[in-house]
Amino acid sequence: MATKASRSAARVMMAPAVVLLLGWMLVPLTMTLFFSFKKYLPLRGDSLERGLDWVGFDNYIRFVSSSSFWPSVQTTLIMVGGVLVITVVLGILLAMLLDQPFWGQGIVRILVIAPFFVMPTVSALVWKNMFMDPVNGILAHLWRFFGAEPVLWLSDASLASIILIVSWQWLPFATLILLTAIQSLDSEQLEAAEMDGAPPQKRFWFIILPHLSRAITIVILIQTIFLLSIFAEIFVTTGGAFGTRTLTYLIFQRVVDSQNIGLGSAGGVYAIILANIVAIFLMRIVGKNLDA
Amino acid sequence: MGQITLENVTKSFGSTEVIPPLDLTIEDGEFCVFVGPSGCGKSTLLRLIAGLEDVTSGQILIDGAEATTTPPSKRGLAMVFQSYALYPHMSVRKNIAFPMRMAKIPAEEQERRIEAAARALNLTDYLDRRPGQLSGGQRQRVAIGRAIVREPAAFLFDEPLSNLDAALRVGMRLEISELHERLKTTMIYVTHDQVEAMTMADKIVVLRAGHIEQVGSPLDLYRAPRNLFVAGFIGSPKMNFIEGEEAARRGAATIGIRPEHIAVSTDSGPWAGTVSVSEHLGSDTFFHVQGTGLAETITVRADGEVGFRHGDRIHLTPRDDVIHRFDEQGLRIA
Ligand SMILES: Nc1ncnc2c1ncn2[C@@H]1O[C@H](COP(=O)(O)OP(=O)(O)OP(=O)(O)O)[C@@H](O)[C@H]1O
Ligand SMILES: [Mg+2]
Repeated sequence: MATKASRSAARVMMAPAVVLLLGWMLVPLTMTLFFSFKKYLPLRGDSLERGLDWVGFDNYIRFVSSSSFWPSVQTTLIMVGGVLVITVVLGILLAMLLDQPFWGQGIVRILVIAPFFVMPTVSALVWKNMFMDPVNGILAHLWRFFGAEPVLWLSDASLASIILIVSWQWLPFATLILLTAIQSLDSEQLEAAEMDGAPPQKRFWFIILPHLSRAITIVILIQTIFLLSIFAEIFVTTGGAFGTRTLTYLIFQRVVDSQNIGLGSAGGVYAIILANIVAIFLMRIVGKNLDA
Repeated sequence: MGQITLENVTKSFGSTEVIPPLDLTIEDGEFCVFVGPSGCGKSTLLRLIAGLEDVTSGQILIDGAEATTTPPSKRGLAMVFQSYALYPHMSVRKNIAFPMRMAKIPAEEQERRIEAAARALNLTDYLDRRPGQLSGGQRQRVAIGRAIVREPAAFLFDEPLSNLDAALRVGMRLEISELHERLKTTMIYVTHDQVEAMTMADKIVVLRAGHIEQVGSPLDLYRAPRNLFVAGFIGSPKMNFIEGEEAARRGAATIGIRPEHIAVSTDSGPWAGTVSVSEHLGSDTFFHVQGTGLAETITVRADGEVGFRHGDRIHLTPRDDVIHRFDEQGLRIA
């Protein structure tokens, strides 16, 4: 692929970026690790100047044994899983639709991508106030139009609502990746399958879906990494109430609400480990894709 | 059975008419080759027969039964694509089994047919590989295997050998011809390689811009091309065309003489010129002769041992009995 000279040149040229990123990452990482082994409650008078007490793995044990830990893991999994299912399934459908030639294709494609450009905070606020508001929201009007009692989305179906908002944001990403994958499918393969007697649904199952498998894996892994750290959407809608407290949100509450920096840091380290497991899978698969 | 009839078939993409009204019958068991220059509509015609494109008007009959609107899978035809169109995520075995699986053929029968096809096509050792792990020729054979197991009424080939190197192409050409001898199934074969057309076909259909220029056996086309286009297209190297006085003397607007029908000598012959390029192939030598005053260059085919060089002055003698005469419209004068 590359000669020895070009490889070492590449190394030299990439060095500044790598060093910068490493510093960017290492400083917070070491600080988090450091705090996670300390008792650090600023409101009780702990401070860096006076020195913090070493507490070993106490914070780690307390974080896991707290009554909110397992529910938060469960919430995280449901949220990430729900968003993944919705975005992948709808993404495949949308990608296949957009792959068909139709009038105004260019504009429609841009419109489909649009939600991705909206900041998470803004989109969550838009959903909260314009769609899901039980008095003035569009959905409430719709419900009333059909004579039904408006749903209190963010308290009665809170987790589902957040999944809906986040899915709306991530659907464009999934659609876009899957659309490019579909476009790379050789149309002769589909024609061959058609001649081989495969009806449309079997062509989808035996030809299109296997062709998309790698793109789907990439969508799932990339989204998982970002979805694990979802914060703004929860913060502006439910504030972690009504069963929407994810692991990330729990860490936030430990640090900011309870002002227990040591405990929050321990939670942060758990989150780092979780994200790294996913990242290793991701790099393997993306790497394989690039080699092939 | 596999008789295919096209009646008044036309095809337009939007406002451009690619196939003007066209009639053609391909008899059962025939090896029919479509040839023509690039973009003349060969693939389109094949795809119309396959049902992958809808005809704009006209009728397609398969074994005398109306099939114009029959979906591709119900026509009982199998197609081998130029890109092979194998399913990359399935093993060779699964690729070959796919059409049978779709037709819900029992597993033992599937197995039997796969074994038979693999043996016939020398694929037994590769059945568990993926298409990506095969060479071009092997992929081609898998594509043919996938077509054979369906036991179709006719095979459709769209330039199946154009992605192979020259040596492999000759080999596969023979294999396909042998397959046809053995199966006796109708085959329609698209190519722009006229050697393939001449060697494999029972019947050649020469197309130009969607028009059928001539239909006939390879030798018919070689001996009696109906017009200038066919005359120039069939035969390699190309036929020499001579206009003007020399043609008028023979009562034609244009005369054509094939390179293999001209004798060369150093001293005698009605035409004379200088050799501009000589191509030595070993078995034959092609001379491109200029300055004859008849046409810009005259190509001559001589024995491999004849050794004229660039700049040599030579004399040419055409064989009068095989000179083709064409009128002003470019049509053959009988
Ligand atoms: N889907 C399409 N839409 C519009 N025009 C098309 C379409 N498919 C083919 N054509 C046109 O129809 C004509 C015939 O195409 P076709 O593919 O049949 O040529 P061909 O004889 O197979 O050529 P080649 O030897 O290069 O494969 C071409 O001029 C092509 O541009
Ligand atoms: Mg073609």
